[in-house]
Amino acid sequence: MSDDRPPIFGRAEEFLTLFKRGAEFSKELIAENERLRRRILDLEQHQQFAAQDPEQWDKLREELIQRISSLEAERQSFLERMHVLEEENHQFAARYVEIEEENNNLANLYVASFQLHSTLDLSEVVKIILEIVINLVGAEVFAVYVMDERTNRLEAVASEGAEPSSFPSYSLGSGIVGRAVASGEIHCEDGGRRDDASRPVVCVPLKVQDRPVGAIAIHRLLQQKERFTPLDHELFTLLGGHAATAIFSARLYSESERKRNTIQGFIDLLTK
Amino acid sequence: MSEKHRILIVEDSPTMRQLLVFALKRLKNVEIVEAQDGMDGLRKVSSDHFDLALIDINMPVMDGLKLIRLIRGEDNLKAMPIVVITTEGAKEDRERALGLGANEYLTKPIQANRVLSVAKGLLKIDS
Repeated sequence: MSDDRPPIFGRAEEFLTLFKRGAEFSKELIAENERLRRRILDLEQHQQFAAQDPEQWDKLREELIQRISSLEAERQSFLERMHVLEEENHQFAARYVEIEEENNNLANLYVASFQLHSTLDLSEVVKIILEIVINLVGAEVFAVYVMDERTNRLEAVASEGAEPSSFPSYSLGSGIVGRAVASGEIHCEDGGRRDDASRPVVCVPLKVQDRPVGAIAIHRLLQQKERFTPLDHELFTLLGGHAATAIFSARLYSESERKRNTIQGFIDLLTK
Repeated sequence: MSEKHRILIVEDSPTMRQLLVFALKRLKNVEIVEAQDGMDGLRKVSSDHFDLALIDINMPVMDGLKLIRLIRGEDNLKAMPIVVITTEGAKEDRERALGLGANEYLTKPIQANRVLSVAKGLLKIDS
């Protein structure tokens, strides 16, 4: 639908709108002017008041100085608190690393212990001891000795890096291995790189209560293993007890199995 | 829900396998498959998809280096990250394994957190 009104009406409406906007703007300007005028009056009064009453002025000044100094103290306290928090943060980070390391060590010890008691087969137990010493300790040349109860000598029954026959046998109390087993004390020399077939750097006696079962004698560590760690010492202690128990149990089991088979043979002979 | 990362451990020592499983289980959303020698590893890697493989070098039946060579010879396995975990600490052993296509070379005795951080890096998992 077309607009039939003359164009003059349109122009008048535009003008009216413009005029209304101008009026609103003027009102805003007047209000702003009034606000500024009041602010000037306030400031003038304040100045006059301060000039008339220097004590009040000093009091105000004192209050402001105190406020500034209290804010300064607050800032200082925040800074100190921040330093304390930073320090705590560093301590937590260090503790986290320690716990992480402990966690890793416990995992190694758990795995070693779990594997040692996972079988009653003597050859399997010895194989697991070899695995632990290679993979968890990082030994390159070593032997597992078992006490021969008939001869009372320690004989190498398994080894890594050399044949078992190349490791000397020991009587209880003789040589590093024999002495370690007799005393029950772990022999450990730091710097495990020495390559001396006759002198192990580590000897872990394997004992069940006071009964000697055998020993682990480490002669050389892997190329990348530079020194013993606290975990290695924990592993030596664990092996000393758990490997001994595992060997002892496997031997007992094997003996009892043999006896059971013999008895079963007799029973079969008698009943058939 | 984010997708599961599948990790293959090829290692003949049950002790090491258990230790590696222990370490890697700390990652969220992972599925770990174990293989006890190179041949077993090859069979598993050929029939299934894995996002990462941890391979020992000295193993019976088929050693780790041969397994890496065979894996890298397969077009669909070329991109799979491989971490070698071995007792061999000599520079030439490291270079040989990396030359065959391994992405990382870790020597035993391993630290569980080192394995974890290498696995995270290769699987692109944020801490």
